Amino acid sequence: MNDTVEIAVDVRDAIKRYGDFTALQKISLGIRDNEFFTLLGPSGCGKTTLLRMIAGFEDVTEGGIYLFGDEIKTLPPHKRPVNTVFQNYALFPHMTVLENVGFGLEMKGSSRKDAAKRAGEMLDLVQLSQFAKRKPAQLSGGQQQRVALARALAPSPKVLLLDEPLSALDLKLRKAMQIELKHIQRETGITFIFVTHDQEEALTMSDRIAVMSAGELQQLGAPRDIYEHPRNMFVADFIGDTNLLEVSVDKITDGRAQCHIGGGHELICDAVDGVSVGASVHLSVRPERLVLSDQASDGNSLKGTVTENIYIGTDISTMLDLEGGPKITVRTSNTERGNKRLIEPGSPAFVNMEAGAARLLVD
Amino acid sequence: MAGGAASGGSAASDTYKEARHWLLMPSWLVLGFFVFAPVCVMVIYSFLTKEFRGGVIWEPTLAAYDQFFFDRGLFGDSDPTLQWTYIEIFWRSIWQAGLATIMSLLIGFPTAYFIATRPDGTRALWVFLITIPYWVNLLIRTVSMKFLLRDEGPMNDALLNIGLIGEPLQIINTNLAVQLGLFYSYLPFMVLPIYASIERYNFTMSEAAADLYATKFTTLRRIVLPAVKPGVIAGCILVFVPSLGAFLAPDLLGGAKNFMIGSLIEEQFKGNAGNWPFGAAASMILLSMVLVLLLIFAQQQRRAGAAT
Amino acid sequence: MSVNTDVKTYTGFRAMTLVCMFILYAPLIVVTAYSFNASESITTWGGWSLRWYVDVFSGPESAKFQQAAVNSFSIAIIAATTATAIATAAATAIVRGGKYRLRTPSLGLITLPIMVPEIVLAVATLIFFNSIGFTRGYMTILVAHIAFCIPFAYLPIQARMQGIEDTFEHAAMDLYATKAQAFRRILFPLMMPGIISGFLLAFIVSLDDFIITNFVKGAGVETLPTAIFGSVKQGLKPNIMAISTMLLSLSVVMVTISYFVSKWDNTK
Repeated sequence: MNDTVEIAVDVRDAIKRYGDFTALQKISLGIRDNEFFTLLGPSGCGKTTLLRMIAGFEDVTEGGIYLFGDEIKTLPPHKRPVNTVFQNYALFPHMTVLENVGFGLEMKGSSRKDAAKRAGEMLDLVQLSQFAKRKPAQLSGGQQQRVALARALAPSPKVLLLDEPLSALDLKLRKAMQIELKHIQRETGITFIFVTHDQEEALTMSDRIAVMSAGELQQLGAPRDIYEHPRNMFVADFIGDTNLLEVSVDKITDGRAQCHIGGGHELICDAVDGVSVGASVHLSVRPERLVLSDQASDGNSLKGTVTENIYIGTDISTMLDLEGGPKITVRTSNTERGNKRLIEPGSPAFVNMEAGAARLLVD
Repeated sequence: MAGGAASGGSAASDTYKEARHWLLMPSWLVLGFFVFAPVCVMVIYSFLTKEFRGGVIWEPTLAAYDQFFFDRGLFGDSDPTLQWTYIEIFWRSIWQAGLATIMSLLIGFPTAYFIATRPDGTRALWVFLITIPYWVNLLIRTVSMKFLLRDEGPMNDALLNIGLIGEPLQIINTNLAVQLGLFYSYLPFMVLPIYASIERYNFTMSEAAADLYATKFTTLRRIVLPAVKPGVIAGCILVFVPSLGAFLAPDLLGGAKNFMIGSLIEEQFKGNAGNWPFGAAASMILLSMVLVLLLIFAQQQRRAGAAT
Repeated sequence: MSVNTDVKTYTGFRAMTLVCMFILYAPLIVVTAYSFNASESITTWGGWSLRWYVDVFSGPESAKFQQAAVNSFSIAIIAATTATAIATAAATAIVRGGKYRLRTPSLGLITLPIMVPEIVLAVATLIFFNSIGFTRGYMTILVAHIAFCIPFAYLPIQARMQGIEDTFEHAAMDLYATKAQAFRRILFPLMMPGIISGFLLAFIVSLDDFIITNFVKGAGVETLPTAIFGSVKQGLKPNIMAISTMLLSLSVVMVTISYFVSKWDNTK
């Protein structure tokens, strides 16, 4: 971490309660200037609440929120230099596209003429100039989404908040918009805080991701970091597919942990802080990091029987019953080399993995 | 529109919460002063002594209620016996309103069902046609009914001309005329809520019933009716309640023999012959009956809401 | 006729609907037709004529009805406008005021005039004006109309407002609008169809009211319904048919406007 990087939004010990219900439990995180930051989690995890607290639509029960060092938690929304792209866009239906985009500038005190000029430039940026005079209802979902983006960017906010803005779009359009959003973020240099429940979207777009669950921050890190080194069961399970195996730790030497899973299979993997000898914990290993083979390797190798091969296009997913009970899934890429490794259901097989592929989880 | 208890929605949008008391102030003042306070004063009046020129003397008494239920002879000193005159008027009102409600239901339900099963385009037009009479002045509609039903009116003319009857039907000034008048006055109130609930009904359920060997009549009775019951109850309340206290239909179509609560109350405030405390007491009794009905209705709707 | 195999439709319901329409419209159509009757009598048909319309404006009763019309329309306009303004403010507090203890009682108070039977409300209002020493007349009618029109104006406005998501105001405030600006520029224009419907309903309810007006009007002040009622009590006359037909046409025009306003959904 580099301390010279400026912090755009600093959330300090923020708590949000609704009566007896605690929506956010003491969250602290610093969002850096110019970064594409994502709040990721299932619905009800508190990510939207946190976003709305930054925007000013929810008050902060305890703790503070700082924007470039200034406390903003007592400012009403219209005095905060942050703008939001709403989930359903919230385009004003009775105004034209141009009036929508110019609205923020007009409210900030620009003349109608100046607002319209700047709004026109923003529409150029999102390639919708030809629709300036239309009403929002006359645009497609993807176009409305871009108008909402232009409207939020027009007043040059210090931070842009995006509340699941792509969730209403179909898959193809969503993929295209992910790239366009990332592109606009780089071009404008504005800090984006993006809320989503879609882990793939988060991995694709973000510089850093905060994974949240049940009002708590589970893990904060770069996409690769979070995918490869999930800190706990929740993160491992929520991000991507994984095999979760119950393991007992037998010995720890030189940063390597020797453990066994049900059925007596021995495994060696990287030790992690917080897991000690004798502990019964979970081990996460991604299906695509496992290798199917008809013979055992020198390292970790688990013996079992293939129960089913499932064809899923890019990959083939093979399910196995390991000797002594545990089940495991292996993913093999649908290539010539991969297909050669496939084994018919009912036949014995070995699942091989490198020590670095498996990860012990703290809880 | 009576009885359609508006919930105000459950959403807790609070954009204007700082201003809410200021925003409510005008309605509190106007409605508190000119609706709530008057009803309270009316309660007090029903317990006051009558003044002979129409008005009250501020002496508390139960005389008005006593007069309603008991007969104490010409000089007020005989043993009290139950007084049937007013109870009978109330009973007749309930009977007339009930018959009008049943008539409205028998015509209104098929109409609502038929409209709800029209294609999207024509459905709105049918609803519009049902709504128009609701917007037409009730007095004018009642007068039209009077004109139509008269002994020498167009209806009797037409029936005589086609030879269906030998001499004019005497309908005006009968109970039937009042029932027809009430039925006609409030029919749209029956159709609209039933229509609203049938429109929400999932017709796949009818198909499922038919698939499981139910006849069409059984489907209507066992599947459709239970599903749209809240709308039917709402419609019945919306017809029954205003019919109960109606004034125009009994007065213009019923004549002196077919007195209903509305006319009884009105008479107590006409000129100098009236009895204000008695009128207030009769109003109180009517109001209590209506409130009990509305409470039952609210309970029903809540149960229906909880069941879905 | 083929056998009806569609499980949705019932044979005979169409016929019942036509009966229903006949019942609803026959009296109105008959009265409209007879308002153009040239005959002096309401019983015999004497050919088409506009004489009773002329009579309404220049006949012996024309002064009475004109004064009643002026009273009726001025009261309806003032009462509906005031009630709509009050109802708009109240709806904002109820639908956008969050949860608070006075919310349900306030809603109860607003809808009270349509819960209480009209004759009871009329009695209560008369007694109240009498007990506080108000002289009955134009002003008492006006005040009573403002009060009982409020729920009629309120319900369409509330219904409309509930259909407007609060993200619209949030978006405006996020774009630097104050709460007042968000109301004026966003919420108010979006509420407009509801406000117009509410106004029209309140207007027609005020214009139509007979019972309450009859109780609180006092001697000498008449509105159209009370004047018509008084006239009808002395016997049906053709000029009443003409007035009725004109009021009926006005109702049809207003319900048509209201119908199109209700189809005008500016949130989409």
